[in-house]
Amino acid sequence: MPEITYREAIRQALRYQLQNDERVFLMGEDIGAYGGSYAVTKGFLEEFGPKRVKDTPIAESVIAGAGIGAAMAGLKPMVELMTINFSLLAIDQIVNNASKLHYMSNGQINVPLVIRMAGGAGSQLGAQHSHSLESWYAHVPGLKVACPATPYDAKGLLMTAFDDENPVIFIEHTALYTLKGEVPDEPYRVAFGKVDVMREGTDVTIIGYGGSVWQCFRAAKTLETEGVSAEVLNLRTLNPLDTDGILASVRKTNRAIVVEDDWEFGGFGGEIAALIQEHAFDDLDAPVLRIAGADIPMPYNGRLEQAALPQEAEIVRAVKEMV
Amino acid sequence: MISEVVMPQMGADMTEGTLVKWLKSEGDAVERGEIIAEIETDKANVEIEAFESGVFRKALAEEGAVIEVGGLIGIIAGAEEDISKYENGSAPSIVSREADAKTAELPQTSSDPTGDAPTKAEARMETGAGAEAASNTSPAPQPDKAVSLPTATPSGRSGAGGARQRVSPVARRIAEEAGIDVRTIEGTGPDGRVIKRDIENALKSGGQSQAPARGQQRSATTTTAPSKMRQAIARRMSQSKREAPHYYLLLDIDMTAARETRAQYNAALASGDIAAPPETKVSINDMLVRAVALALRKQPEFNATIDGDGTVTEHPQENVCIAIALDDGLIAPAVLDVSAKSLAEIAVESADLVARAKGGRLRAPEINGGTFTITNLGAYGVETLIGIIQPPQTAVLGAGTVMPQAVVREGQVVVRQMMKVALSADHRATDGAQGAQFLSELKRLLESPLLLVV
Repeated sequence: MPEITYREAIRQALRYQLQNDERVFLMGEDIGAYGGSYAVTKGFLEEFGPKRVKDTPIAESVIAGAGIGAAMAGLKPMVELMTINFSLLAIDQIVNNASKLHYMSNGQINVPLVIRMAGGAGSQLGAQHSHSLESWYAHVPGLKVACPATPYDAKGLLMTAFDDENPVIFIEHTALYTLKGEVPDEPYRVAFGKVDVMREGTDVTIIGYGGSVWQCFRAAKTLETEGVSAEVLNLRTLNPLDTDGILASVRKTNRAIVVEDDWEFGGFGGEIAALIQEHAFDDLDAPVLRIAGADIPMPYNGRLEQAALPQEAEIVRAVKEMV
Repeated sequence: MISEVVMPQMGADMTEGTLVKWLKSEGDAVERGEIIAEIETDKANVEIEAFESGVFRKALAEEGAVIEVGGLIGIIAGAEEDISKYENGSAPSIVSREADAKTAELPQTSSDPTGDAPTKAEARMETGAGAEAASNTSPAPQPDKAVSLPTATPSGRSGAGGARQRVSPVARRIAEEAGIDVRTIEGTGPDGRVIKRDIENALKSGGQSQAPARGQQRSATTTTAPSKMRQAIARRMSQSKREAPHYYLLLDIDMTAARETRAQYNAALASGDIAAPPETKVSINDMLVRAVALALRKQPEFNATIDGDGTVTEHPQENVCIAIALDDGLIAPAVLDVSAKSLAEIAVESADLVARAKGGRLRAPEINGGTFTITNLGAYGVETLIGIIQPPQTAVLGAGTVMPQAVVREGQVVVRQMMKVALSADHRATDGAQGAQFLSELKRLLESPLLLVV
């Protein structure tokens, strides 16, 4: 199986959609002539032409709104908001229109819209450009939220996103674009709401999504050398959430720790911890722990930024204290 | 002078004891050496003696209370002596009370989802002098402990056992399903939390499954939580096998002459030629006890105890323990200073020891003063018994039944009354050649039984 980057995996899914479904078009800031801030759509303008690959003004609310309208009218748009930071300008369109129209029209209207954005920190982009706000979208009924952690997931989840009849928020992690992994050439789909057990273990379940999966994975490898067998779950999608998959793992290991780049207070880790204690209380050997980003605006200083993000050593230490 | 009565340490692994009964009331005169209370350890009931003469002034622990070792339970002092410093806020470090244990066994009607009702000791913390004393005398705050009652002893350790037991939800569920009382389980998780592996280990080691009855009706598997005694046996025997490298020497001893001597000796007891209480009878085991003590005189390196760093202490008295089977386990109290006692005295004392062991009324030196152990299953027809050393002792002698066997004497096959003995000894303290000398001396004494009588 060929090894390609996370970026290339996303490109493959987009090209497949553009080639195979004429209703699909892409829209966003700098996605055409410039090829995308993260070079995801490089060459697409030349290949598919300006009707399928549209550069937009710097007006996120307009981009999202136009995407919603096009989707309501029968097209299958993919809009790129560049980063999750700028999606804040589009959040009214996303929350008030995209997520609700299907419900409020009693199913008469569908909004088959894919909204891509890059999230996460770790690249010294400063406090205003280093958000992990996926929990905000996962919070909203009517939105699906995918957070691919691997090239394989990136392509497969994006393919599934285009199949959906209603909006999908597709959050790519900026630190993962150059990550390489095995990805089949042919189209395939990765189901929403199904965790990936990236590593099996018996003593503790370490749960991550997006970028934090890799901190979990590295921590699990370190823990193995210290005699602790950690299972690593990659959530893949936050909404729908594979509650059964999480519970099955926790019932096996009797301990769980959730790792996320997001702020801890009111974050998604708290939701998972709550679900576990609610449904698997009698299977727990220890309180469910959260390892999350520090509850501060992200520092620009590189060392401080790393210190504010969940680190492998932090996970290892927390796990050792709970087993 | 004021004498503090504290919960004694009966054996190295004892951490707490239950005050079963006060035998003195406040105001009673007590003589030094007089028995003033009965306590219960995880192994036996033991009597506490007064270390000083005086007046039993104050009982600081109630009957039924569980007190940690070293915890103050009472005061002996002169009739007029000022003991006011013990009057207030000097509650002993109560670990729990039987009454609380009973409460906890009731169906869980409490709103506490874990079913752990706070103990009375905890409740007491909230009001009254005890709470004030806690804040005044506790050496340091202990945020991890739900409660730390004060103790007036100089050591000042607070009762960690008084804290609410931490049990993880999954451990609690498995324990309930298996019918295990989690209060009997020691937690190995963070902060001493009882976690799943503790219950699983308890099930593995202590769980007894009932063999299905023949026929159609098969009863369900049952599991039983280990009793305190079983836990103590498990702990001590595991410790011994883990820490003491045992070596084993087996020897056949001709007991024909010993049996004849025993018969003559018992006849002399019956006729009054040897003075002893009525109906005193010497057993083969009594002879073995004395023979062992005399052999220990010659080889004091076996009359010893060893501590954690390998230091061996030889003892001046031979306190020979005899293993006694009880309904729910066994105990091996000591006959004290055996070499100074006649066979008749040993017979009287060992019979008394057996009776008191079964009644749970052993005394402290008998429980923790042993220097060597004999375990004898001859009465059951067992031929060879290879024992496990009782820590901190360094050797145990296992004895089998005395039985007629064909042996060769001067080229002829003859029938003799033979007994097989096995010495298990701690190789940290002694070597095989010394063990062989010990056994050979034992054999010489038992095969020349006159030496046991003189």
